[in-house]
Amino acid sequence: MARKSDTVSLFINDVPVKIHRGASIMEAAHKAKVDIPHLCNHRHLTPTGACRLCVVELEGEGPGRPLIAACARPAESGMRVLTHTDRAVAARRLVLELLLSDHPGDCLTCEQSGHCKLQDLAYEYQVADSRFRGRRNRYPIDTANPFIVRDFEKCVKCYRCAQACQELQFCEVIDYMGRGFDTMVTSALNRPLPETECVQCGRCVSVCPVGALTEKPSRYRGRSKDLKKTVTTCPYCGVGCAIVLETDGQHIVRVTSREDSPVNKGDLCVKGRFGYGFVNSPDRLITPLIRKDGELVPASWNEAIAAVAAGLKRTKQEYGADAIGFLSSSKCTNEENYLMQKFARAGVGTNNIDNCARL
Amino acid sequence: MAGLAAAFGSGAMTNSLEDIGEADVILVIGSNTTEAHPILGLNIIDSVKNKDARLIVAEPRRIPLVKYADMWLSQKPGTDVALINGLMHVILDIGLADKSFIKERTEGFAAVVAMVEKYTPDYVESITGIPAADIVRAAEIYAGADKATIIYAMGITQHTTGVDNVMTLANLAMMTGNIGQPGMGVNPLRGQNNVQGACDMGALPNVYPGYQSVADVGVRKSFEAAWGRKLPKKPGLTATEMTRAAGTPAAKGGIRAMYIMGENPILSEPDQAHIIAGLKGLDFLVVQDIFLTETARLADVVLPAATFAEKSGTFTSTERRVQPVRKAIQPPGEALSDWKIIGLVSSKFGYKMNYHSSAAIFEEIAAVTPAYGGISHHRIEVCGIHWPCPTPGHPGTPILHTETFARGKGKFHAIDYKPPAEVTDAKYPLILTTGRYLAQWHTGTMTRKVDGLNEIEPEARVDINPADAKKYGVKNKRSVTVTTRRGSVTAKARLTEDVPVGVIYMPFHYAEAAANAVTNPALDPVAKIPELKVAAAKISQK
Amino acid sequence: MPKNVPNTQKLNTRTDLNALRNRLQTAYDPNKTRVRVCMTGCRASGADAVSAALAKEIARLPAAERKNIEVVETGCHGFCAQAPVIEIDPVSIFYGQVKPADVPEIVQKTILNKKPINRLAYKDPATGQPITQAAEVPFYKAQERSVLRNLGRVDPRSLDAYIRTGGYAAAARALIRLTPNGIINELEASGLRGRGGAGFPTFLKWRLARKERSKPKYLICNGDEGDPGAFMDRGVMEGDPHAVIEGMIIAGFAIGASEGYIYVRAEYPIAVEHLTLAIDQARKYGLLGQNILGSGFDFDITVKEGAGAFVCGEETALIASLEGKRGTPRPRPPYPAVAGLWGQPTCINNVETLANVPVIIGRGADVYNDMGSGTSRGTKVFSLAGKLNNTGLVEVPMGITLRELIFDLGGGIIDGKEFKAVQMGGPSGGCIPAEFLDLSVTYDTLSKVGAIMGSGGVIVLDETACMVDIARYFLAFSAAESCGKCTPCRVGTTRMLEILERIAGGNGKIEDIDLLIETAAVVRDTSLCGLGQNAPNPVLSTIRYFRDEYVAHIEHKKCPHGICKRRPANREANRG
Ligand SMILES: Cc1cc2nc3c(=O)[nH]c(=O)nc-3n(C[C@H](O)[C@H](O)[C@H](O)COP(=O)(O)O)c2cc1C
Ligand code: SF4
Ligand code: SF4
Ligand code: SF4
Repeated sequence: MARKSDTVSLFINDVPVKIHRGASIMEAAHKAKVDIPHLCNHRHLTPTGACRLCVVELEGEGPGRPLIAACARPAESGMRVLTHTDRAVAARRLVLELLLSDHPGDCLTCEQSGHCKLQDLAYEYQVADSRFRGRRNRYPIDTANPFIVRDFEKCVKCYRCAQACQELQFCEVIDYMGRGFDTMVTSALNRPLPETECVQCGRCVSVCPVGALTEKPSRYRGRSKDLKKTVTTCPYCGVGCAIVLETDGQHIVRVTSREDSPVNKGDLCVKGRFGYGFVNSPDRLITPLIRKDGELVPASWNEAIAAVAAGLKRTKQEYGADAIGFLSSSKCTNEENYLMQKFARAGVGTNNIDNCARL
Repeated sequence: MAGLAAAFGSGAMTNSLEDIGEADVILVIGSNTTEAHPILGLNIIDSVKNKDARLIVAEPRRIPLVKYADMWLSQKPGTDVALINGLMHVILDIGLADKSFIKERTEGFAAVVAMVEKYTPDYVESITGIPAADIVRAAEIYAGADKATIIYAMGITQHTTGVDNVMTLANLAMMTGNIGQPGMGVNPLRGQNNVQGACDMGALPNVYPGYQSVADVGVRKSFEAAWGRKLPKKPGLTATEMTRAAGTPAAKGGIRAMYIMGENPILSEPDQAHIIAGLKGLDFLVVQDIFLTETARLADVVLPAATFAEKSGTFTSTERRVQPVRKAIQPPGEALSDWKIIGLVSSKFGYKMNYHSSAAIFEEIAAVTPAYGGISHHRIEVCGIHWPCPTPGHPGTPILHTETFARGKGKFHAIDYKPPAEVTDAKYPLILTTGRYLAQWHTGTMTRKVDGLNEIEPEARVDINPADAKKYGVKNKRSVTVTTRRGSVTAKARLTEDVPVGVIYMPFHYAEAAANAVTNPALDPVAKIPELKVAAAKISQK
Repeated sequence: MPKNVPNTQKLNTRTDLNALRNRLQTAYDPNKTRVRVCMTGCRASGADAVSAALAKEIARLPAAERKNIEVVETGCHGFCAQAPVIEIDPVSIFYGQVKPADVPEIVQKTILNKKPINRLAYKDPATGQPITQAAEVPFYKAQERSVLRNLGRVDPRSLDAYIRTGGYAAAARALIRLTPNGIINELEASGLRGRGGAGFPTFLKWRLARKERSKPKYLICNGDEGDPGAFMDRGVMEGDPHAVIEGMIIAGFAIGASEGYIYVRAEYPIAVEHLTLAIDQARKYGLLGQNILGSGFDFDITVKEGAGAFVCGEETALIASLEGKRGTPRPRPPYPAVAGLWGQPTCINNVETLANVPVIIGRGADVYNDMGSGTSRGTKVFSLAGKLNNTGLVEVPMGITLRELIFDLGGGIIDGKEFKAVQMGGPSGGCIPAEFLDLSVTYDTLSKVGAIMGSGGVIVLDETACMVDIARYFLAFSAAESCGKCTPCRVGTTRMLEILERIAGGNGKIEDIDLLIETAAVVRDTSLCGLGQNAPNPVLSTIRYFRDEYVAHIEHKKCPHGICKRRPANREANRG
């Protein structure tokens, strides 16, 4: 038997594409620069085929056969995939209509507005309204946990949060609950997250395509679309996860990550994702302080710098450089640590410099 | 770090974080990875669940990783050397030592063979409390692997025998040839985000940037040339030594002034009362920080610094990856980046520093630090670079010691088990060990300013095994006082089987229940790391 | 119950099995009087009391007579409309709707004196004449009972009885005389297609599973039977469990599986009990376990109770459920044959499919293939329900016409009313109107007219039925049973149901019919699994043939049959 080759060649809308065996039609289309809409598919998660927006036609398969979910069907050699046939587009529009028929229309105040996959798709497919009139699922907004707001009326049951929790975070907090129209994707018995094994990593929030799961500390403080984004490195542990600071002027509104970040691939722990509040804390030191009459009182930089230089000089003169000790910081940058030891050694003249590496 | 450096010539993680996924067997020892290094914890679990890796966890407490482990070895705190020697004894016994690797790439093995002779499984059981059969099985699993990697953290280093612990782990890896290849290695996890970088930068008393010894005349001369000043010859004091020497007369080698940047030794160093007295005894104390910490309150001058979000520069992660720090917002009020403040102070002091950006500082770092020689702010934009990266065209080095060790041959050290500095007795019958919570950080300077994190972990708990609780009449969820030879702290008791009988556990994040008020400042003789993981203690409840 | 030849010996070879069968047959006295009582399906109608009364009456007889009478508790005889039923051998007399009070007379007249009691005999609905001989009852006469061969005839709890009547001979032949490929070829020649609904050729499924190299492989018998009103598989599992086991042994051998699972619907405790007992017996005889009959083939079976959801009958959901997860379908490919239970190659077949296997291997593929029509070969079991006289389980050759099925076997419509339509295939199927009564029943013809064979549920509707209400009933079932994973099924079925409810309640608009059709098409086209893909069928087929009824509801703002008003919207149709 001939060895199966590692790649397959197929056509996406008549454009030939080669891609590794096992890749989905969706991935092949992506390679051919064809965008197939989806809510549930996610690069780090096993395809579930839940939302059914990625349906496409295979040339040669008659109208009697169901459409094909591009996210879950492996690309095969010789396939001729048509991504935007009338039938597929009509199906997507109706599926969107169905989703919107059970969705609150409160984009005006939704955190996710402008950054919402459902909104984007409704716009792209021009689904302004739903012809379906019927009951809608009603749930109170759950704010009973420190970092995550759960607004299940907005949930499109893409199941991404559950998968992220299970497959990426190895927790099993979220799963389907109930069946049929009343299905929820939530914690067991819809318990508040603190009563579950949840570690508050927020991974579920990061993958939610709509406004169903949002960051509680960020509520009404700025929508992602309006915020400046700065990619940087997490200030907590030594793993060095990449984080994205979403800022509004002088405030960090939210911390996210990037799915393609080299170290953490979009994962963050509770500190990395939600532990930024100290930056904008009102308790921050905002001026130098000098002890006068036993009290620390605000001072100008000039005064403070002069006081430091004088104090160190005095000690050096009186007792020698080795009577001075420097504690540098593993929370500071390389550049700062470099300068600190340079100052200690070359400026003051002592090797009494250390950091808290040992602790 | 000293331990690994002695064995391999470099104290850093031998392999990259991603590379751990290549291992068939992962030995995690003295690391509560999922709480202290959560994302690496995920990688380990991923290896176990999706890549069929086998996991051995050696840790006194039932940490969350135990759930995924093939084997859990619950050693008595402070008995790691005995445990590792025992593993080596078994490996020799069953003939799984990698003879050709030992012969070609290492030296000093014979002494180790002689040393581990007496560490029979039964003898090791008597010291560690781990059943002899488990020691044999763990040795078989580790040595039987194609690729085995070791991960450790402060649970190994924060002992008076910390360096011994690390050197024994290096012995174990070398004797099985598990080093220098993907999926192998000995990997110390750095606690804080830039411990690796701070050390790389020479914020250490005995080395200049790039671990170049201050005692080496040639090195000193070249730094004198680069920095334009005569440099002191004598290696300096470590943090713990400094804080202990603080306030004592200069004639006795005492420290009279300190400049503390971004640290809070009152909470992080052992034996708090002693530290406070020392800092109060200083003639002059400068603290540069983002908050008025417990330490800053004692300062003569407090300098307001910028946080990571308000400045640019680089961090070097535990896997030696140099990564960018980018400024997103302005510092509040008059706060300044630490590098700017140091520049101002230094210039005023009379040593001019005129850097216009952190990138300019980095250029100087690259010029004087061979391992950083090829790195620049520009090159690390996308995904960072693992040092050593000596030249601008060099791709970086995710795995160390592939061909030869940094020091040439790997060096075995024959190490005998020594009990911890403090052993339990009738008066202090329990072992107090310390650690971290997932949702808090270090001394809490940052995390305790975040409401949600305080909601998750509002207070310190003392974990006590129910059997001990019964024995000492301690009730769950009620305040319990932990007393050691240095003092007492009070926190809520939590009865749990997660700690073994005879061991109690506390975090050190909380100023109001500071574990380090009672921990033992006894130091490792080489690394000068205090024994935060073992103190003899007793408990009582009113 | 007296056991004829107790056998505790393990059967080590095919010869052992033949010898045992011979011994059992020799010891069996065909002239002994045997009263066969259904103790499965008929229990609900008082079979227990009848059986107890029989035992009591017989106990009062003199020992000499007593020893010549045996009461055999059997599985379902099929004629459920007549429950509880008994048959008396060797005179072959059939009584239906027996009450305990009838028993003394039966014992006196029929058992002791071999005389029929006309009062208790089945009356021909056409002539009103009593028919006492079982074989003459039209309901039985037109059947071709091969899957149901043992139902109502032997005690399902007796392995000896199964072996005596030829049981396990097919397995022995397969394991000793045939190769796996040989078996698969015979299956191909038989033309057997899956009876679980989709009608996929069984040999092909086996061949795909056989081709996979990865070990272990698994065989799953799908006994989830969730269609409302269907009870074919239940009949077989309760009434002839060894037939299922024998089919599984052959299938396991053919595909190279050494472990089998039977996933039984949670509401079938008797099936679980009988299967578990049968597996135990088969193990004791060495028909399951290591080196079966000296063939070198190892195979064993575990019974698992279902999770109580319709969708768990869908193969990928069933596998998830077996793995201890929530029973939720997943996209295919990969098909279970490639990656099924625990990610290993898995063949999953329906109960009836597997029960057909010993018949094919035992009697020969050609005998089987001789029956049927087109690409639908062999026999099919149907459960007849609704407004016909003879409800129950029947087995007929494929290709029989609807008319024969409904009027000959089914005995026509109750109270002489007009036939209106027949619903086939349950919630996944559709309604077929009177104009197609002469349609011969095959996979292809049924799907052409908008229904499906499904598992074989047949519900007959008379002139009083409201077709909007029928559509609503089945759609409500699907909407409630939707697992909720995919959008079109989760939301679409409910939206369709709401439109139907509006129409039924007299609040519909004429455009609603088009919206129903448009939505139905998308739900069918885009749903992930068969539940959603087929859920629109009852709606589409009723619109296709009975559009005027929809229009009438809309125009007159009420149900012309007065049914929709009486039955309030009941979305929770299937919630227990
Ligand atoms: C919603 C749904 C329910 C099903 N329920 C059953 C069932 O109860 N029994 C069954 O045998 N097959 C059922 N099937 C079909 C199975 O998925 C599968 O095709 C069948 O068990 C294969 O066996 P066969 O090839 O012998 O027919 C169901 C399919 C769907 C989509
Ligand atoms: S926060 Fe993390 S652990 Fe909690 S539910 Fe979300 S993904 Fe799971
Ligand atoms: S909460 Fe968000 S991520 Fe989870 S299923 Fe709903 S829409 Fe998807
Ligand atoms: S079609 Fe229905 S039952 Fe099937 S996966 Fe979708 S929601 Fe679940």
